[in-house]
Amino acid sequence: MTSAESELRDEEAFSSSVVLEQTAAAPESLLASPDQLTQREITQEIVDYHAAAARREAAGEKLPISLHDFPPYRSSLLRHPTKNLKLVDPETIELWSPAFGQRDVAAIEADLTLQHISEPQGERITVQGRLLDSWGRPLANQLVEIWQANAAGRYIHQRDQHPAPLDPNFTGAGRTVTNDDGEYSFTTIKPGAYPWKNHVNAWRPAHIHFSVFGSGFTQRLVTQMYFPGDPLFPLDPIYNTIWRQKDRDRLIGLYDHDLSVPEFSMGYRFDIVVDGPDATWFEPEEGEH
Amino acid sequence: MPRSLGEKTHEPTGGQTVGPFFAFGLDYPKKHEVVFPHSPGAIVLGGTVFDGAGAPIPDAVIEIWSADENGEIPRAHGAFRRDDHSFTGFGRAATTDVGRYEFWTRNPGPTGGTAPFFSVVVFARGLPDKLVTRIYLPEPEELLATDPLLSSLDDAERATLIATRPPDGNLHHDIRLQGEKETVFLAF
Repeated sequence: MTSAESELRDEEAFSSSVVLEQTAAAPESLLASPDQLTQREITQEIVDYHAAAARREAAGEKLPISLHDFPPYRSSLLRHPTKNLKLVDPETIELWSPAFGQRDVAAIEADLTLQHISEPQGERITVQGRLLDSWGRPLANQLVEIWQANAAGRYIHQRDQHPAPLDPNFTGAGRTVTNDDGEYSFTTIKPGAYPWKNHVNAWRPAHIHFSVFGSGFTQRLVTQMYFPGDPLFPLDPIYNTIWRQKDRDRLIGLYDHDLSVPEFSMGYRFDIVVDGPDATWFEPEEGEH
Repeated sequence: MPRSLGEKTHEPTGGQTVGPFFAFGLDYPKKHEVVFPHSPGAIVLGGTVFDGAGAPIPDAVIEIWSADENGEIPRAHGAFRRDDHSFTGFGRAATTDVGRYEFWTRNPGPTGGTAPFFSVVVFARGLPDKLVTRIYLPEPEELLATDPLLSSLDDAERATLIATRPPDGNLHHDIRLQGEKETVFLAF
């Protein structure tokens, strides 16, 4: 490229950047919070915001399970709504969910240890559970998706810059459809703890991301399953966006020896309850839309 | 007659953020192609997701779910294995590095004579739990005028839920998680 061409290109780059209302920052640059508090300060904030939520509830306010406005999780600051959610009755399409069938997934997608030429490193686990609604009814034929870091705590995502090894035999994504009893089952490996840049020396407790659909689209849920006894629980702003202890406890997979397979894998049970359909909802009779 | 289910008996599982590294977990081929691109009746529904400082959000996921052009609720399987002709009604799009999402879909028709809308779920890094909203078509005006949700909102709030229709017939709709013109989000 000649210097004249290069100048022209710079000019073009400049003129196109000024027409944009606001230039988008590189996504990687957004991952570190600007203030970088200490763990001690963040832990204290978590304790304080939990106490404030408890006071608001005691004063009669109805609070959700997860707080959208939770400053210890720094990237929530500019991404939470400031107005109250508008309470409405679900209508028409909202009372239904997409229809899934076995054609939507292949059986092998439920086994994250069989997706490559050889077996991944790490502790092999079976994660099994039931998908239920608010009345404990099993939700059959619903899609369950999971994704996770590898045993070293590294995600295969290109923006993950954690200098832990990638595993050529592990992608970390799986999906399945629940059976007639609302049950799902995955074979995978136990993920490692994972460092992030919310504050200085921030580590996420080991977790598996879960995405599920209920019988109505308003029941759509993305959550995370944790492992019993993790010492990082009180330190983690994301786990603690759920402000009640009893609700946080429900995100922990239970070690279940009956699910462990001899000479093969350790078993964890994780049941998921999707909220609703809401209390004013009526079950349509068969064939009724 | 429908029957009431009575009091809930099971506490719901709390939602958590999708985190920063969901792309490989939530991705699948043609996830944003609810209908085959450029097929008869196909339109692009797209826009930008913004944060409270007006900056685009490059790590959000938008999902849409809607009736077909006749207002029928889709029951076809295959939203995760597109066959390029069944209408499943469901689509998923991750925002680009400049915060933009896009779907190929069709205009939903009115279901039971009500104003047609897309049911929308928003996930993002930094968003501790999903947000639910609606994207209404800008027409027909007589149905928008009688819609119970829209009627309960002021003009500025209404505008955050109704898509605009550029001359090309597509749909444009920005989603603002916070700030002036913050999108109206729903609880049920």
